[in-house]
Amino acid sequence: MSEFITAVLTSLSSGAIYALMSIALVLVWRSTRVINFAQAGQAVLTTYIGYDVIQKTGSYWIALVVAVISGAVIGAIIDRLFMRPIFKRVNSGPIVMIAPVAATLGLLGIVQALIGFKWGLTNQSIEAPVSTNGIKVLGSVIAFSKFNLLVLVFVSVAMLLLTILFQRTNIGLALRASAYSPEIAKLSGIKVDTVRTLGWAIAGASGGLAGMLYIPGYFLYPNSMDLLLVFGFIAAVIGGLESLFGAVAGAMVLAFAINFATTYVSPKLFFPTAFIVLVLVLLVRPAGLFAAKKSRRA
Amino acid sequence: MLKLTPSKKRLLLFIIFGWILLVLSNQVGDLKLYQGSFVATYALAITSIILLTGYSGQLSLGQSALMAVGAYAGALTIFNAGFHPVIGLLVAALVAGVFGLLLGLIVARLSGPYLAGTTLALAVSLPTLANQFPILGAEEGVAFDVGSAPARFGEDFSQYKWYFWIASLAALIMVWFIANLLTSRYGRTYKALRDNPVAAELSGINVGQVKVGAFAISSGVAGLSGALLAILISGVSPSAFPLSLSFSLLTGAVVTGVYSLKGVILGGLVLVAIPEIADSLVSRIGGSEGFTTSLPGFLVSALLILAVVFAPNGPGSLIKRKHHKK
Amino acid sequence: MSLVVENLTIDHGAIRAISNVSFTVAQGELAAIIGANGAGKTTLLRTLSGLKESKSGSATWNGKSILGKRAEDLARSGIMHVSDGKSVIAELTVKENLALAGLWRKDKKDVAKATDEVVELFPILGQRMSQAGGSLSGGERQMLAIGRALVARPKLLLLDEPSLGLAPLIIEQIFQTIKSLIKKMDLTVLLVEQNAMGALKIADEGIVLNLGSVVAVDSAQNLLNDPAVRAAYLGY
Repeated sequence: MSEFITAVLTSLSSGAIYALMSIALVLVWRSTRVINFAQAGQAVLTTYIGYDVIQKTGSYWIALVVAVISGAVIGAIIDRLFMRPIFKRVNSGPIVMIAPVAATLGLLGIVQALIGFKWGLTNQSIEAPVSTNGIKVLGSVIAFSKFNLLVLVFVSVAMLLLTILFQRTNIGLALRASAYSPEIAKLSGIKVDTVRTLGWAIAGASGGLAGMLYIPGYFLYPNSMDLLLVFGFIAAVIGGLESLFGAVAGAMVLAFAINFATTYVSPKLFFPTAFIVLVLVLLVRPAGLFAAKKSRRA
Repeated sequence: MLKLTPSKKRLLLFIIFGWILLVLSNQVGDLKLYQGSFVATYALAITSIILLTGYSGQLSLGQSALMAVGAYAGALTIFNAGFHPVIGLLVAALVAGVFGLLLGLIVARLSGPYLAGTTLALAVSLPTLANQFPILGAEEGVAFDVGSAPARFGEDFSQYKWYFWIASLAALIMVWFIANLLTSRYGRTYKALRDNPVAAELSGINVGQVKVGAFAISSGVAGLSGALLAILISGVSPSAFPLSLSFSLLTGAVVTGVYSLKGVILGGLVLVAIPEIADSLVSRIGGSEGFTTSLPGFLVSALLILAVVFAPNGPGSLIKRKHHKK
Repeated sequence: MSLVVENLTIDHGAIRAISNVSFTVAQGELAAIIGANGAGKTTLLRTLSGLKESKSGSATWNGKSILGKRAEDLARSGIMHVSDGKSVIAELTVKENLALAGLWRKDKKDVAKATDEVVELFPILGQRMSQAGGSLSGGERQMLAIGRALVARPKLLLLDEPSLGLAPLIIEQIFQTIKSLIKKMDLTVLLVEQNAMGALKIADEGIVLNLGSVVAVDSAQNLLNDPAVRAAYLGY
């Protein structure tokens, strides 16, 4: 029984982090029709910045705030100074299919290389602000720590804030309208370009939060969030790339599948499960498990 | 008067080129031969990308995984089953091809970032499989030994020249085969598919079948190049085929023109040259260890972006543009 | 304040969609552009609203050029382009759709007032406020599209085939509403329509477009009585 509870709790916890990444990907996809592979680089960059802040101030919390804010700033800069000019230039010919993927992949490589230049490649670590030991529940220790709980709380709060933003504010309405139909949004006087940059900023902030919540369990090195990117992508695809709810739900489905497979069947199934879930969803319900529409808009 | 059809011309070209390489191989030193072997191997891998991405329009990041499949298959054939190296190479191509067929069936309905992301997931997860199965040798991998040159070539025949011969021959044969494929009606079908899938479907092309076929063939080629790579580094291990390899190959393809085979050798040269350039840059301007190790990746990424933005159709188009301006 | 178009030429890829088109719509007028499918009517409208670029020529509103401007800037300056009912965002509610054109406006009180006026004009919208835009009927969606534009208190209304896909009774209703809006809201309207009869009946001025060129500009009444126009576009 305690194994089951542990599996559920750890699924929730890792699912929460996947969710942050998949939200970031979905946000950019909705506003720009691009899968931002560079998100892995952005998130790791902001985590390195957080690492520097910790070295200087000793405070994880200050680092967290700085990471989130710099994530937003970096995201906005990438949209305005990188993505927009590229899309303006590359708008015809068969290269149009390759360009978005190549651009974000290239950016990922550049960001990771720049990190290597500045910080080097040795593994760094960030210590969690609270205990990472399993907590005691009903007399036995389960593999779920105060830090895991913190992650869950933070991500839930972030979800709540994002939902309020999107559903109840004017800016949120502008964001949604621009994502559903940029043309109609423009004709209504909405500055679609500015709104899109805002989408990238929010995505960047989400990635920043993801990094600071993820790394304390692992090591920090330029490629340390590649895996999270892949899982965030899979989660986003499962969820349907259409809504924040789908992104979160997809992340949970993925986390539960992986955790239960590795707990009850074999730890070797970590990667294969993720890949199998992805393939199953793509074959059976390509639009995602939670999408309203049956077809997938590419 | 001998009538030279384009395909006969091509065959002649390849034979002549092969003969030139043969002559050259006797003139240059071991280092150049070794580098040349890598050029040939990368050129072959890039060929698989030209077919898959440039012609059939499927952007896949999984070439490194397919190369790994081929490399392991070939290694096991030679090492565990004791077959002749040539059989090993054939098996490498075949197994990778079958793998690619299955993969192609799965991803046939995907396009754009979905395809890229899925193949990315594959490229990241496949190498780790090697750790799960002891027969694959875990981290150290499996040795890939093609032995030395046959005795009749004499004692002076260096190992590296042997590598060069094997790699170049395999690459030449395969690239010639693919070149023929791409100029045949299959090539036209691929292009039609890439440029306008709806129209292609309407004109009777079975889009799914063609895509899967392209995936299978491209994977076979990639598998062969993976086996060749394993020969050059005398073994195959998970770390030999990381995601960054897929990425570099894609860059090599895009930089030298992903829509035509003409640039594959140049692409291979670029991939071999980048670490060299990085090295000389570092020795000139100095830098930390982080700088040194990250510089090649930086160059590759920057090159990819520049190529996509400024010369999407390869350097040839840049030259053409300059001429136009004059 | 009038809309003056002079020698406007617009390309659509390799095709010359609009060729040297000139016309004027005086303030307070309703001008109808009629012509067969493919005549270039929609392309013309999309260029006037900033969604498309022109090749040459000029178009001014109130003396200021409206070419080469961003669509959102034109919208904010009082020029609203209403596409057909498809321009309702299906995933947003009626209330949210209506709110779109007022998002950028600072005077929120006036936005609320304008929204109320729109609901008065189209009561059915008031009943469906929290329903998704996609669940509305064709006629309701057209009303929503027009209503959304009106919330921004535009001065120039560009209507693109509002009758498309609608039942004759609804079409009648919508045309009458458009007509009544002009006086009520001090509008100038450029109406593009395939339904030539309906359009000319409510218009002051008519512009006949064929294959990208203007073949006739006249008062709507004259065009209604013109035998050539009748034969080609009015069916009798």
